[in-house]
Amino acid sequence: MATDTTVHDHHQEVGENWDGAAEPFDASYGKLMMWYFLVSDAFTFAGFLIAYGAIRFSMPAWPVPDFVFEKMPFYHGSAPLVFVTFMTFVLIISSVTMVRAVQEGARNNKRGVIFWMALTIIGGATFLGCQAWEWNTMINGEGVTVTKNPFSSHLENGNYISGSDLVAAGYKEYDVSEAPEMAHGDDHGHSHGEVNKNKVKYYLADGIANTEENIDKRYFVKRDHNYEYHVGDAFEVKDPYLITYGHDTHLYEPAAYKTEDGQILKERDGPIAFGSLFFFITGFHGFHVFSGVVFLIIIMINVASGLYHKRNNKYEMVEKIGLYWHFVDLVWVFVFLCFYLL
Amino acid sequence: MSDLSYEDSKKLVFKGLILLGVLTIVEVAIALFANGHITESFDIGDGWMRYPYMLIMIGLSLYKAYFIIYEFMHMRYEAKGLVASVLLPTGLLVWAVVAFFNEGASYGERRNVIKERNQMETTTSPKIKKIGMVETTRELKKEDFQ
Repeated sequence: MATDTTVHDHHQEVGENWDGAAEPFDASYGKLMMWYFLVSDAFTFAGFLIAYGAIRFSMPAWPVPDFVFEKMPFYHGSAPLVFVTFMTFVLIISSVTMVRAVQEGARNNKRGVIFWMALTIIGGATFLGCQAWEWNTMINGEGVTVTKNPFSSHLENGNYISGSDLVAAGYKEYDVSEAPEMAHGDDHGHSHGEVNKNKVKYYLADGIANTEENIDKRYFVKRDHNYEYHVGDAFEVKDPYLITYGHDTHLYEPAAYKTEDGQILKERDGPIAFGSLFFFITGFHGFHVFSGVVFLIIIMINVASGLYHKRNNKYEMVEKIGLYWHFVDLVWVFVFLCFYLL
Repeated sequence: MSDLSYEDSKKLVFKGLILLGVLTIVEVAIALFANGHITESFDIGDGWMRYPYMLIMIGLSLYKAYFIIYEFMHMRYEAKGLVASVLLPTGLLVWAVVAFFNEGASYGERRNVIKERNQMETTTSPKIKKIGMVETTRELKKEDFQ
């Protein structure tokens, strides 16, 4: 008898959320399932990032992030990682506003929830806008696509060539300040001369005019990210941190090298996988941000309509979308690490 | 949920904002400094200094992840069973990272070996390769697919 009543009472207390007996882990069904969805999503992202790492490890060379991600809006010089740092801040701030929304929900403050959720939505939308800009710059500005990557290179056996090698082979030497298209740099109130700290030289075959139309006929001597020439150095086949283009000049021209039989060849483009991995992984993350924004809007409308107030469960739906939103921020921490920092 | 008072949790949010912001700035500053973008006289290059650099970056990122999960997602205030059932499975990823990165590195090495071998054969004697081709390849016939 006694047990019957206790079971009955217990059922009255917690029967709302779960059809069985007690709530596992003191969590409602929805919240627990959100956690497990996030675990599975974490594995999906981990799969992608591990694929990125495995492919990167298998490549003799990989693009250096400081040079790939050095563009920013309203500035024409080199600003490595500045824009992605801004994007990270946007996401951190939107995560913080989301925590505030959940806190206001816990004390049943409807207006507070709407206010902080609206700020979160603005943050998410700003991040998406930034990502659109970044993608556009990557595709149209730097020429990285799913099937093409002008950064870094496949290394072949051969030697780097020096400027004198090229001159001996009948090429003419030019200083970057002599490049015709550099004149445009002053239109933006910014001198490219400041960027070119190391006086980059380029070479054109004899008989080819030094004009802007012949940009793609220039040869740059191979440099690494120390801004130093590799004069006559042998190829380090396994060196993962080489870049091979005229970085400071913003002319993404493959470098030149000399093969064993003395031929001077242009280097080929970098690993194709870089572009596809970048667009796929940041795209998948962006898709999460996008769907997060959509859900935030729907839930904010429901908050405004008083739906969750009636449920009287401390705005649990806001807490659940909050978990999802923080997870998106969490994934970005690792995307940021893999693509931009390492 | 949390046992903290409303005022305390508001403070914690502010603390979180500062912490995550500072950590991000520190990460980017280290990245720029280590790669010679702040002062040209210092650059860690491609040698052993890469490893402590990577460790610092991974460590800082993991701390950011810990803070987001424990404070922002309130993992600190959840039941132990929930914490274990969420975090323990993700521990498997450590092995996945180790195993697949090794696999990738080994794939790269094999590819280099194949490249080297190909070049050795063509530069020393093209005939060897030719004979090898004749001996080892034949046209596939219909019965190969049965």
